[in-house]
Amino acid sequence: MSSQPIEIKVCLGTSGSAAGGEEVLRMFQHRISEQGIEAQIGRRCTPKKVGCRGFCSRDVLVDIIRDGNKTTYQSVTPIMVERIVQDHIVGGTAIAEWTVTDEYASFHEKQHKIVLGPCGEIDPESIDEYIAMQGYLAARKAMTRMTPDDVIDEVVRSGLRGRGGSGFLTGEKWKVCRREEQHPKYIICNVGEVNRPLAEGNPHAIIEGLLIGGYAICASKGYLYIRERYHRSVERLRIAIEQAREKGFIGPNVFGTGFDFEIEFSFGTEAFICGEETALMESIEGKRAMPRVRPPFPAVQGLWGKPTVINNAETFSNIPIIIGRGGEWFSSIGTKESKGTKVFTLSGKVRNNGLVEIPMGMSFRDIVYGIGGGIEGDKALKAIQVGGPSGGIIPTSMLDLGLDYENLAKVGSIVGSGGMVVFDEDDCIVSVTKFYMEFLQRESCGKCTPCRVGTRRMLELLTKITEGTGGDEDLRTLERLSGVMAATSLCGLGRSAPNPFLTSFSHFKDEYLAHIRDRKCPAGVCTALIIFSVNEEQCKGCGLCKRVCPAKAIAGEVKKIHLIDPDRCIKCGACFRACKFKAIKKQ
Amino acid sequence: MEKLKNIISLTIDGQRITVQSGTTILAAARKLDISIPVLCHHPKLTATGACRVCIVEVNGIPVTSCTTAAEEGMEVITASPYIENLRRDIIDLILSDHPYDCMVCERAGSCELQELAYKYQIRTPVFRGERRIYPKRDGNPFIERDMEKCILCGRCVKVCDEVQGVGAIDYAYKGFQTKICPPFERDLSCEFCGQCITVCPTGALVSKPSLGKGRQQDIRKVATICPYCGCGCNLTLHAHKNEVIRTSSPKDSINEGWLCVKGKFGLSFINSPDRLKTPLVRKNGVLVEASWEEAFTYTADRLKQIRDTRGPDAIGGLSSARCTNEENYLFQKFLRAAVGTNNVDHCARY
Ligand SMILES: Cc1cc2nc3c(=O)[nH]c(=O)nc-3n(C[C@H](O)[C@H](O)[C@H](O)COP(=O)(O)O)c2cc1C
Ligand code: SF4
Ligand code: SF4
Repeated sequence: MSSQPIEIKVCLGTSGSAAGGEEVLRMFQHRISEQGIEAQIGRRCTPKKVGCRGFCSRDVLVDIIRDGNKTTYQSVTPIMVERIVQDHIVGGTAIAEWTVTDEYASFHEKQHKIVLGPCGEIDPESIDEYIAMQGYLAARKAMTRMTPDDVIDEVVRSGLRGRGGSGFLTGEKWKVCRREEQHPKYIICNVGEVNRPLAEGNPHAIIEGLLIGGYAICASKGYLYIRERYHRSVERLRIAIEQAREKGFIGPNVFGTGFDFEIEFSFGTEAFICGEETALMESIEGKRAMPRVRPPFPAVQGLWGKPTVINNAETFSNIPIIIGRGGEWFSSIGTKESKGTKVFTLSGKVRNNGLVEIPMGMSFRDIVYGIGGGIEGDKALKAIQVGGPSGGIIPTSMLDLGLDYENLAKVGSIVGSGGMVVFDEDDCIVSVTKFYMEFLQRESCGKCTPCRVGTRRMLELLTKITEGTGGDEDLRTLERLSGVMAATSLCGLGRSAPNPFLTSFSHFKDEYLAHIRDRKCPAGVCTALIIFSVNEEQCKGCGLCKRVCPAKAIAGEVKKIHLIDPDRCIKCGACFRACKFKAIKKQ
Repeated sequence: MEKLKNIISLTIDGQRITVQSGTTILAAARKLDISIPVLCHHPKLTATGACRVCIVEVNGIPVTSCTTAAEEGMEVITASPYIENLRRDIIDLILSDHPYDCMVCERAGSCELQELAYKYQIRTPVFRGERRIYPKRDGNPFIERDMEKCILCGRCVKVCDEVQGVGAIDYAYKGFQTKICPPFERDLSCEFCGQCITVCPTGALVSKPSLGKGRQQDIRKVATICPYCGCGCNLTLHAHKNEVIRTSSPKDSINEGWLCVKGKFGLSFINSPDRLKTPLVRKNGVLVEASWEEAFTYTADRLKQIRDTRGPDAIGGLSSARCTNEENYLFQKFLRAAVGTNNVDHCARY
């Protein structure tokens, strides 16, 4: 009999926890100790928490690794634990109907997990597990065998570009800051919403990247800027910092090289603009997060007026890999101008929602149909919105476009923070655009005129169109506003805010015109523009619609044709969904 | 040689100019008498870059001239049709969220936004939409704050922080609802120096005591010195029908245009019926109006009399912070040399 321990890995990322992961983990621990499983089978069982592995729509995911074979269970709830323990851990037979399907394999197969690799595999709260997979070797190598300039050259060679926004070459940014003569210098890690799985799944990689970056630019202090609300990320980063400090990786005289480095948290509030680099620095300095004018750029005059490098957490997570495996290796992944991989949160109407990491240049088709498993309910794909709230909307005609910085810029979008939302035929493009504009105008910091007033005016015009009161001239006004905002806003928020409108208008002009000229919403979403009526030929007079209508707008006798009073109808769509004979028309 | 390194030359609208490095495009243009409109820029405050009205074209790209430093060989165009259209639209956006009540506004005639609306001939904005409505008014006695007229240039926040060092107001909320206000939207409770009124480009901040007392064009301006203290701040009295309704101060004065609460709001005594206009001398227990000649003679006689009968130390002098240094000097000299006592003191000492 094998005496190899049996590993039980429970996903405790944000989604895994929300789905009840803590309870599942507790149940495994409880069952195993209470029933004396280890004694019974004569080997150790180690249930442990791991970070998110991306397949969030089937959480809680649990891996059982027995004799080198990994079996993954999906949608695990506490009551399923008992049987998994008995059948699989004790009995050695996996429960086939509970394991993941082919989707799980195809979801992972097409991805290229560099930074997400360890997420879901290692215990994020254990520095020893990170070290066991060569963690902190890159930092040691950089500091003991490379000069700061060597490190920067390696990063330049890798072609790594910032993963948080505009895709600026990371090595070049470091170079500018390194050249500055003023001291002290600072290095900041911008931990955004999309970075949470990284912080939760493999926090040490971020810390190591920050450390290497600090060494490269000769910074004395690193900041982790993160929203206080991301408790789990904060907690795991905090543990990681403490562990690294205990090992002497942070603090005075790192690796005996005489280099001193400290890392401190700075907490942001609930404002999108806190992610913008100069607003972020204002926020660290204790001021209201409003962007500063540039130049001077942060690399020259940043936090507290000192030379500062700011990078996204995903950018930093790539650094140990680049130093460890070499910039050349890294640059073999991706396209000519965009190297490496990019993490995206795939969501919307796609079958497999979750966190994905793709090599740069992968086509939208491979992402949506390959990794994403296609559209939910086999509906038709309509568009993909990529790059966060101010990203562009990509139509199906561009499905074969390879996703990289250049291509996205060409089609009026951005890689941005790495959001990707899939829309299907049931989504109204004007409403979608309005949704993003609603967010942006709410999150504008209010400092500069074009963004503060412009986003509100754009929202008003889009609202008008969805309400069926728009005119052709409103489209011209929207275009004119877009031009002013993009050209004159102070920061990236205002400059990119017109993107959703500009891209959707250029690819879905007909849909805008239908709202304006025909007073129709082709997707049947804009309530002001739809009318529910009964198709007399199909109505069987069952009376179900009458019963579900909350507005008492439907009249009719049993077995007779029913009718909807348009004046009373509140357009909730309850009858439409209820009718078994598809006799309610939505126009 | 060292100095030459810091000199750069650029062209603005085809005219060459050399400036110190670090000079903004705006400052360089002003040297050439090229005017670029501004709303948030203020020469005495750090740059904000908020209003975006001062954009100019550099290599085809609009940049804000108030924040961008001139560079060697730079070619700047300040008023291409492209820039003028953008500028017009930015002003249009501001006006689309501004009460159209210039006809009753205190600042009509001296409002910087009104000037730009006139310059760009914006009668009704192209970008129409919702306007911020704030029914609550500030209950403080001196500063009328009509935040519906605020264009969020940020000058008031900066002057309060950078010049006055008080920090009584700041930005609150975000997006379209962004608003300048005291903490928790309480009534303003500060030093009431009124610097914010001085820098506000619009009618958002005006002096309460002068509300409704006279239009800008009917004001007679009288240059004087503030009577309150020895600093001698330059003061401009704004008089309407022989009544001083408010004050201001020229920017290029020793006090750089800044005043304190007294110079700004403390001059209502001028028109007070209780104000003394002639000396009074007590005769038979009653104060009676007298000429200066009579008052001085009476005072000199009494001082002499006391000195001669009771000795100089029976006399003491107390002078005032409202006097200048020179006057104070003369006063102590008078007591020491003419009266012969060291009993002299100054109100600022206790
Ligand atoms: C409105 C706005 C929000 C942003 N939010 C984030 C964010 O959440 N995380 C992030 O890393 N970068 C964000 N950025 C980009 C940052 O300003 C900055 O470019 C980035 O952190 C630099 O890191 P990188 O070079 O590694 O991408 C945002 C930018 C803007 C304009
Ligand atoms: S563009 Fe928007 S978010 Fe950026 S500074 Fe201007 S108002 Fe603030
Ligand atoms: S109150 Fe006046 S000075 Fe203050 S931000 Fe508004 S417009 Fe500018």
